[in-house]
Amino acid sequence: MTQKGTGPFFAQGTQPAEPDASVAKKGPVPKVVPDLAETDVPQELQAEIEELMSRYPDHHSAALPALAAAQRLHGWCSPEAIDQVAAVMRVTPAYLSSIATFYDMLNTEPVGRQYVWVCTSVACMPKNAKAVYDAIREAGGDLDDVNIREFECLGACDLAPMASVNGRYIGPLQPSDAEQIVEALKRGEQPLPGRGLGDG
Amino acid sequence: MAEQTRVLLEHIDEPGLATIDVYERLGGYSRLRKALIEMQDEELVNELEASGLRGRGGAGFAMGKKASFIPKGAMDKYLCCNADESEPGTFKDRLLMQQNPHLLIEGIIIAARAAGANRAFIFIRGEYELQADILEKAVEEAKAKGYVGERILGSDFSLELWVHRGQGAYICGEESALLDALEGKRGNPRLKPPFPANQGLYQGPTLINNVETLCNVPLIVEKGADWFKSFGTEKSAGTKIVSVSGNVQRPGNYEIELGMTVREIVCDLAGGPPEGREIKCFFPGGSSAPVLTADALDLPYDFENMAEAGSMLGSGAIIVIDDSVPIVEVALRLAEFYRHESCGKCTPCREGTNWTVKMLERMDRGEATPMDVEIIDQVNANIIGNCLCVLGDSMAMPVRSMIEKFRDEFEEHIERRRQELAQQDYALSAHELAASEGAGIA
Repeated sequence: MTQKGTGPFFAQGTQPAEPDASVAKKGPVPKVVPDLAETDVPQELQAEIEELMSRYPDHHSAALPALAAAQRLHGWCSPEAIDQVAAVMRVTPAYLSSIATFYDMLNTEPVGRQYVWVCTSVACMPKNAKAVYDAIREAGGDLDDVNIREFECLGACDLAPMASVNGRYIGPLQPSDAEQIVEALKRGEQPLPGRGLGDG
Repeated sequence: MAEQTRVLLEHIDEPGLATIDVYERLGGYSRLRKALIEMQDEELVNELEASGLRGRGGAGFAMGKKASFIPKGAMDKYLCCNADESEPGTFKDRLLMQQNPHLLIEGIIIAARAAGANRAFIFIRGEYELQADILEKAVEEAKAKGYVGERILGSDFSLELWVHRGQGAYICGEESALLDALEGKRGNPRLKPPFPANQGLYQGPTLINNVETLCNVPLIVEKGADWFKSFGTEKSAGTKIVSVSGNVQRPGNYEIELGMTVREIVCDLAGGPPEGREIKCFFPGGSSAPVLTADALDLPYDFENMAEAGSMLGSGAIIVIDDSVPIVEVALRLAEFYRHESCGKCTPCREGTNWTVKMLERMDRGEATPMDVEIIDQVNANIIGNCLCVLGDSMAMPVRSMIEKFRDEFEEHIERRRQELAQQDYALSAHELAASEGAGIA
């Protein structure tokens, strides 16, 4: 009787082959779900994530807000931060990495704790948003710990051209406002008081 | 002179409207009482269906019909409020959530009751930090007053409501990607059917509605379907908040009756283009809508007329582009947006957006030939209808419409840049030649 699929793959029957030691050594071993008892998780972070998980019928739903919470604490989604969230949520770090790399607001590199996002999308573009971005970029060249980047539509086209500075929307901006914004960031103040959304 | 019809935005300038006390003083949460105690589920759905309210998020699907698709019976059902307002040019939901969060919450509770959902989530984009904070505070207030929670107002209806913040992805405004994001995954759209009304969040029947749609619900409950239908046109009932942006003098949110002409909105309400400029083209419904030129300005602004003109009402965001902006730059900026926001699941969208950007960049560098216009058109034609969601189509349709309406400008742009590049090259090689000759003499 001829057997289907006889060959090197099936030589051992239906049992999986013994792992080849030379292959196993080649790559890093994928991380498993970290043990909460062995992971050093700050207490507030653990409490926050656990509260988030209790809101949803499926605790996976807390992944996005939990990563955001870890990012607030660590400044970015560092491997350490991801391990901490993974330990509390009982998921693999790989699962969380897949999420952290997808969303714009989650940083997988240390880009800075503060941010200036300048909207250069299609409604801000005709109002010279690119010049505003370039001016801020130039003025803020020596700023540490501030992530200055172009951002897709922030939903404030009535303020165009506009930027979000640490979550606060300011606009309409001129390239000449760049100096003031950068100075305020250096002093740790809110830039352009009175010109933010919801200031009045 | 055209005037606004302020129904949703009636009290929007009232100081302290975001607090529950002011909102209740202005008649807030009285509609909830009516919907929960006086009306039956069926009656509620029928009223919504009779009102002809169409979804305000972009697709324009009848809201009451959507609610009626939710199966009956004892099972876990959900309501998601889509507050992931990311369509470029759209900022109407931001205004509603910031100024009048309780109207949205009241609408959510009533709609959840109509759909029989006991859990509701407001999925708000993460960039809207101010608005999310305001909403969270408002939900807390509503919980403290007993409008959200167990056995609301002594009825047999209970509801749990949470504000869920996204983390920055345009695609999460697509309803099935929103569900995936809410389930704690990457925001990849799902294959449809099954539609969310049958299998949505956690595989349960789910009603998903836009912020503005849900804000209309309390008003329909209070004043009835006939009152709602007295605004707008026969097939596009009600008022619509239109976000006008781009090259206009007074950008902002304007609430109008559907059926007003585009010119009245853009020129009367929003002040028209800056002095001495002409309108070159405009996006009638967010950046995903094919552009229309100035001769479409006299069309009535409603779902049907915009569709007939080859575009769409979409989210109701009008972006005006004046004649100082080169169309190739608009197309490039638009394509870059969709390339960035493509989730990468379907090949035509992932590759199509990428190649469109590359070809448009080539045009701007002076390395393109007129044939590239043809190729862009073809690539984009092959995106449309070939993906799980409409993100790719949303780039393809406006880009194709720009090519169709401004082909001469595309070709002129290619030629001008090509000559500029040739001159640069010539100057460069002459300079090199001079340098090498100089070296020879020395």
